[in-house]
Amino acid sequence: MIAFLTYKIILVLVIFTITLAVAAYSTYAERKVAAFMQDRIGPDRAGPFGIFQPLADGLKFIYKEEIIPNVSNKLLFIVGPCVAMLTALMAGVLIPWGDTVTIGGIAYSLQIADLNVGILYVFGVVSIGVYGIMIGGWSSNNKFSLLGAIRASAQMISYEIAMGLAIIALILMTGTLSLKEISLQQAGGVGSHWTMWNVVYQPLGFLIFIVCAFAECNRTPFDLPECETELVGGYHTEYSSMKLGFYLFAEYINMFVSSAVISTLYFGGFNFPFMNDLGLTQNWITILGAIALFAKVLFFVFFFMWIRWTIPRFRYDQLMNLGWKGLIPLAILNIGLTGFFTLWLGHK
Amino acid sequence: MTLYAFYFLTFLAIISALLVVFSKNPVYSILYLVITFFAIAGHYVLLSAQFLAAVHVIVYAGAIMVLFLYVLMMLNLNKEDEPHKPTLVKFAAVLAAGILLVVLIGSLKGASVIQQKTGPEIGLVKNLGKVLFKDFLFPFEISSILLLAAMVGVVMIGKDEPKSKTESE
Repeated sequence: MIAFLTYKIILVLVIFTITLAVAAYSTYAERKVAAFMQDRIGPDRAGPFGIFQPLADGLKFIYKEEIIPNVSNKLLFIVGPCVAMLTALMAGVLIPWGDTVTIGGIAYSLQIADLNVGILYVFGVVSIGVYGIMIGGWSSNNKFSLLGAIRASAQMISYEIAMGLAIIALILMTGTLSLKEISLQQAGGVGSHWTMWNVVYQPLGFLIFIVCAFAECNRTPFDLPECETELVGGYHTEYSSMKLGFYLFAEYINMFVSSAVISTLYFGGFNFPFMNDLGLTQNWITILGAIALFAKVLFFVFFFMWIRWTIPRFRYDQLMNLGWKGLIPLAILNIGLTGFFTLWLGHK
Repeated sequence: MTLYAFYFLTFLAIISALLVVFSKNPVYSILYLVITFFAIAGHYVLLSAQFLAAVHVIVYAGAIMVLFLYVLMMLNLNKEDEPHKPTLVKFAAVLAAGILLVVLIGSLKGASVIQQKTGPEIGLVKNLGKVLFKDFLFPFEISSILLLAAMVGVVMIGKDEPKSKTESE
């Protein structure tokens, strides 16, 4: 029992630290990527290549004066960013970072919790993630904040539906909700077993899922809740100091976690091509697999930034039209097609 | 361990349910209701009904309560501009709630304590799906048709007049 608890606590701490570190360096990477896309240099003052920029940013956030508006609802004003951060961190629990590592005859899984409901838990956490934004926007008692919060809630509820429908098609194919089992089903890649990644079978579902992931993370082209040309700063207009930092940070954590979910569901998770042909032991394959998953996740984080600096923002009615009239019918069509092919080919 | 978790969740559920009623600010009421839903989802987990817990959180806490909050924020109710309700309406509300209470007590009084079915596997997605789609297929389909009918009704009511330009949300 004690050994089990220590192993779980160490795993939680490691994944927590990695998540925060990646989120911190995503802010740096975002500015570097933006600079690269716009033919600039980007932050280069703090340390070599500006590598200490996240530390400087964090310090600045902490030392800035903290302002709580007089007319705001003080308790909820503080609760808002906390909820945003909490829900962002909660979803990472289910990501399987690798298969099992055997030390001293005991197999340790590189996943904090393998719930039976798996992907539904992730979905539940995503669906309550909107509370942080709504509470913060409302309690600021500012019209721009309120508009941002209302936009965020409408947008997230609309895109959750299409996201759920895209996942249903995937579950029809895999026959399980557990993220670990979904990963294991894609084992091998292009190697001795010719198991393809799910994206090969579910290209449309993947496309719907990633568009919805962009909307759920409030990233460009769907960053309507904080679009600065219309709403000053959106739902966090009144926020300053580390509370603003929490909101911005939560967005990067969401990006990281959704990249991990996308990689796990559609891009083979911790599997990599030729993994069964290298003749390595299980432990080495697990460690290499964790690195492979991490590389996939970082690619998707980069993809998020790439899109942000190349595609302009949608208008609000275009966003709603795309969600309700574009993605939802497509997702239902995808479910129908998946069901048909599953029956026809007897696949799984 | 499970017993303590049960007591904690029950305490949380009852306290936050009471606060839903007693809060002056409607936004606080909604947030307490969200906490109540989470406590009830915790109860489902203790009864090893993981699927029910997850769906409960997604549907109630994640979707319905967000819409409630959405509407309340749009209205932005304050104490000053809250309309005075006539005494008759208040009286009728108390009476209706009282009758509901009597019905609830009456239905629960004669009920026997439900014995939990064997095994922790009972509420898992696989078993639940098999029961729903084999033993209870007909009621399941009927209720889904009911939901579909309600959805179509909402769209019909919410639809604009044919001449004006339609706008979602």
